Amino acid sequence: MNTTAMPTPQSNKPTSRYTILDREAVKLKNVLGRWETLLALLLIVVFAINSIVLPHFLDLYNLLDGTQNFSEKALIALPMALLIICREIDISVAGTLALSSVAMGLAMNAGFPPAALPLVALAVGSACGLLNGVLVTRFALPSIVVTIGTVSLYRGLASVVLGDKAFTGYPQMMADWGQGYFFGIVPREFVVLLAFAAVFAFMLHATSWGRRIYAIGNNPDAARFSGIAVDRYRLVLFMLTGAMAGLAAFFLTGRIGSTRPNIATGWELEVITMVILGGVSIAGGAGTIGGVLLAILTLGVATYGMSLANIPGIYMTIVVGVLLLATIALPRLLRARSTRK
Amino acid sequence: MKNLLQREPLLALMVVALVLAVGAKAPVFLSGASLANLVTDSTLLLMLALAQMLVIVTRGVDLSVASNLALSGMVAAMLASHSPEAPLLAVVLMAAVTGLALGLVNGWLIGYLGLPPIVITLGTMSVYRGLVFVLSGGTWVSAHQMPPAFIAFPLTRFLGLPHLVWIAAAAFGAFLFIARFTRFGRDLFAIGNAPQCAGYIGIPAARRLLWVYGLSGLVAGLCGYLWVARYAVAYTEVAYGFEFTVIAACVIGGVSIAGGVGSVTGALLGALFLTVIGNALPVLQVSPFWQSALTGLVILAAVLVNARGGMKRSRQILPLNKRQLEQAAH
Repeated sequence: MNTTAMPTPQSNKPTSRYTILDREAVKLKNVLGRWETLLALLLIVVFAINSIVLPHFLDLYNLLDGTQNFSEKALIALPMALLIICREIDISVAGTLALSSVAMGLAMNAGFPPAALPLVALAVGSACGLLNGVLVTRFALPSIVVTIGTVSLYRGLASVVLGDKAFTGYPQMMADWGQGYFFGIVPREFVVLLAFAAVFAFMLHATSWGRRIYAIGNNPDAARFSGIAVDRYRLVLFMLTGAMAGLAAFFLTGRIGSTRPNIATGWELEVITMVILGGVSIAGGAGTIGGVLLAILTLGVATYGMSLANIPGIYMTIVVGVLLLATIALPRLLRARSTRK
Repeated sequence: MKNLLQREPLLALMVVALVLAVGAKAPVFLSGASLANLVTDSTLLLMLALAQMLVIVTRGVDLSVASNLALSGMVAAMLASHSPEAPLLAVVLMAAVTGLALGLVNGWLIGYLGLPPIVITLGTMSVYRGLVFVLSGGTWVSAHQMPPAFIAFPLTRFLGLPHLVWIAAAAFGAFLFIARFTRFGRDLFAIGNAPQCAGYIGIPAARRLLWVYGLSGLVAGLCGYLWVARYAVAYTEVAYGFEFTVIAACVIGGVSIAGGVGSVTGALLGALFLTVIGNALPVLQVSPFWQSALTGLVILAAVLVNARGGMKRSRQILPLNKRQLEQAAH
């Protein structure tokens, strides 16, 4: 076959008047219009309001202690963001957490050494995630229905094992990790969260795996035909979400020191709110870990401020719900672009 | 179509088989009183499942029904306890109107702003649940604060059956009519099946979605009054987590979460199935803690069975390699 040689360009200047860049130009206008910038502004505003209104808010020790409230949820929000970017959803994370916590209690009572307990939690969490993933990939079931089923299953299994009792008497190692501090002020949970956030950010934004996840979210069929093992990625992401839920169970159980049947109720809503508030589109294919982190911090600061002001927890639920609605509705009202396909 | 026709008789058979199986282990389950109790227990789930079925058919989901129910029930309970001389009809109407208004909020956000239903209803679920606390101040409305007529209405018998059963039967008939013989109902199926095509042929999708969520809210409001009156108590955690049971009943009844497929009888059978399981557990002396796990297993099994005849997610329209090319050429 004859191939004609490509004509070599005389100079490196583009020959057309318009150029389309691979990435957005780093201009102030582009930066200001991004969701993450608005979120950072919101964080600053919430922080400022809390500092002015509440007397003990601006204390470093208080703030760092407050991070413990959202650290476990944030650990689950990181892989959940990846899942939602892939156009899947996992409502069963709270059930997985409960089941992992119960498994740790059983292991502790069976005489397992304390160092094995986090491994037990991770294993149980991964197994729960594996079931979700197999049902979604192997049988092509919609993830929302599968996870609605599995949340009842997991939480039900946890209730069956616990009954109306609770597991207590966890080893000191778990309390050290759940309630302990590095250098006396920074909670260990927060450090672990930051470490995982860095890992997830690197994975999503700097590796080809991350690019493929975006591709799957944008157009799963095209991704499949381009040679991306879509089902394998989905399975791994579900297992990862389960594993992180298991890890969060380890930290939460260490922090509160017991396993009760109502552990982590309502957490699915909060985790999903963190992710959606962080700019991850529910339709898939868009979102950053930085945005999710900013959303985590914003929600954390807001709820911590409300708890310092002695506002009952149910009002926080209303605020979280209103924030979620406003987050979704505002861009639509401002730009009039429907998300319905 | 053939698949659909086979699904409902199979589900009905399974419900009957389950009842007989439980009755074989514990004959008291098959007594008239027990079966009548079963039917009465299934009425609230049935009504909510009927409304949810229409919502799911449009490719949406309404996760806020339980919170809507709680808020409307609390409104009705507080109205009845503060003014006991108010006529019962006014109280019921107040609950229904509250539910309708809450549902219309959902419908406006989803229909006219085109926002994703799962996220919107997830948000309104927590907002409405919080509003119950704000409205009641965290206090309960207990039986002695409610007028006797308020509490007595759902279980009072009329021609041998409780009012609950009559209301549920009327709701079933109404939804059967809406889903099959009204333009509103048929348009919902069209919107769920192929939204773009529905738009091309002139179906007012925004208006339909507004009113389907409004209808779901209306039913939730009515059920709010019935729940609060039947159990004679109103508090913040009424029906907590019930929305997942409602969705489970729809899914078991063959309503496809991908939209466009579903039948009213399917929702009825799904609700009956879940109620039989719920009522069978204490009779079989199984710990009630198993109920949640069993519900989850049943949902997974139902979705697996329903997905067998479902559509594949992507079709291969071009041959992938030389061998397939040669096969296609023959």
